Amino acid sequence: MYQFPTSIRAAGACLILMAGFAQAVRADEPKAPTGQELAFDNRKGNCLACHAMPGESKAVTSTNIAPPLISMKERFPERAKLYAQVWDASKANADTLMPPFGKHKILSDDEINKVVDYIYGL
Amino acid sequence: MKQLIWILSCLGWLAVAANAQAAPEDDRLNVVKAVQKKYPEIKFEDYVYGALAFSPDAKAQYDAVMTFPPYDAEIEKGAKLWETPFKNGKRYADCFPRGGKNVVGNYPMFDADAKKVVTFEMALNQCRTANGETAYKHSDMSTMGLLTAYARTLSDGMKMNVKVEGKDALAAYEAGKRFFHQRRGQLNFSCAGCHISNVGNVLRTEYLSMAPGQATHWPAFRGGDYTLFTLQRRYAACNQMVRLAPLEIGGEEYNNLEYYHSYLSNGLPLQASVFRK
Ligand code: HEC
Ligand code: HEC
Repeated sequence: MYQFPTSIRAAGACLILMAGFAQAVRADEPKAPTGQELAFDNRKGNCLACHAMPGESKAVTSTNIAPPLISMKERFPERAKLYAQVWDASKANADTLMPPFGKHKILSDDEINKVVDYIYGL
Repeated sequence: MKQLIWILSCLGWLAVAANAQAAPEDDRLNVVKAVQKKYPEIKFEDYVYGALAFSPDAKAQYDAVMTFPPYDAEIEKGAKLWETPFKNGKRYADCFPRGGKNVVGNYPMFDADAKKVVTFEMALNQCRTANGETAYKHSDMSTMGLLTAYARTLSDGMKMNVKVEGKDALAAYEAGKRFFHQRRGQLNFSCAGCHISNVGNVLRTEYLSMAPGQATHWPAFRGGDYTLFTLQRRYAACNQMVRLAPLEIGGEEYNNLEYYHSYLSNGLPLQASVFRK
């Protein structure tokens, strides 16, 4: 059987170790998405599909479907109301286009809380 | 007196008959009028451009692509499929009036004997099997898709003219209408929520097209690689976009949907094999 020169074997072993290390680092940090990430992600909240966020420079959207999410604290002094709107928008408007994020388990309660905290700052 | 009773009862029956016919036409007019009211500046004929009707930039890009469609070779392949005789020497052209010219606007039609909606794709398959050939799969874009990419061009300019006649046809139309309006799935969307209630609004970056005109221009070659989409493949794509498992292309649910959906395009000119994003 052909023998690899020692230096190449060492380099190979190093690469394997490093790959394993990189994996371990990634596995150590299952990065939980932030409220903003959940709101932007089109597999999660996808709020930007329908809502502009005029106060948020990172929000890229041309939508005009739903009211812009701005001055949320003033407009929703009661945080519970905001939570309820995201949990099941059809309660307030039976014909709404807005998905019932909590009722249909699109987002978990924890995720909705993060999203609500995030938009509460807008 | 007897005569008068006869006449009156005849009038009554006529009214009933007229009423049965009026329902789909009322649906269509209501949907069209709502678009006209919201966008009086957009001409009815231009509804066939769908989302492009709202964006001069996108329309200009479309016009540029359409001058020398990069997918012409695909349509040529479809022409070859259409023109190659079956083993028995017959051709597709023999199965349709006018050799297949100006027929597509009559589809989907309702087959009163089979009590089923017949799409143009089904008629092509019926032509194949009647002549001893095997049917194509409706979802196979490399056979059925290409064939329609050419066959449908023979009806370019014909106006959509779908008919709903009789109780069974009306039931199929109603089933399609329910499909279009029913909210489904985790996201709770209906087709109507986007293509009737939010016409011309922007979903993140996309203008939402109006339902009337959506059925007139298939197949479409989509995206940077000009992937061929029949109308029902587009249904499946819209279903997937809202995270619904798409239904069977060529299956009864989509056929009924296409029946209702195409009726909404009545009066609008067909144009096959266009470019879409
Ligand atoms: C598919 C469209 C759509 C999506 C996605 C969507 N919304 Fe909405 N939203 C609406 C519409 C339409 C309204 C207007 C009121 C109504 O019809 O319920 C609305 C209303 C609201 C309101 C009330 C605003 C006001 O000024 O009264 C809030 C708050 C809100 N949405 C938050 C969110 C958040 C947070 C997300 C993402 C997690 C989200 N929405 C995703 C369509 C959407
Ligand atoms: C959440 C929004 C949404 C829903 C729900 C939705 N669509 Fe769409 N649809 C779109 C968008 C965005 C496009 C691409 C832009 C356009 O052409 O409107 C599109 C495009 C289409 C097109 C192509 C139009 C063209 O001219 O190329 C058809 C046909 C269509 N949709 C039919 C349907 C049907 C049928 C349903 C229900 C099964 C449906 N859509 C549900 C958003 C939606």
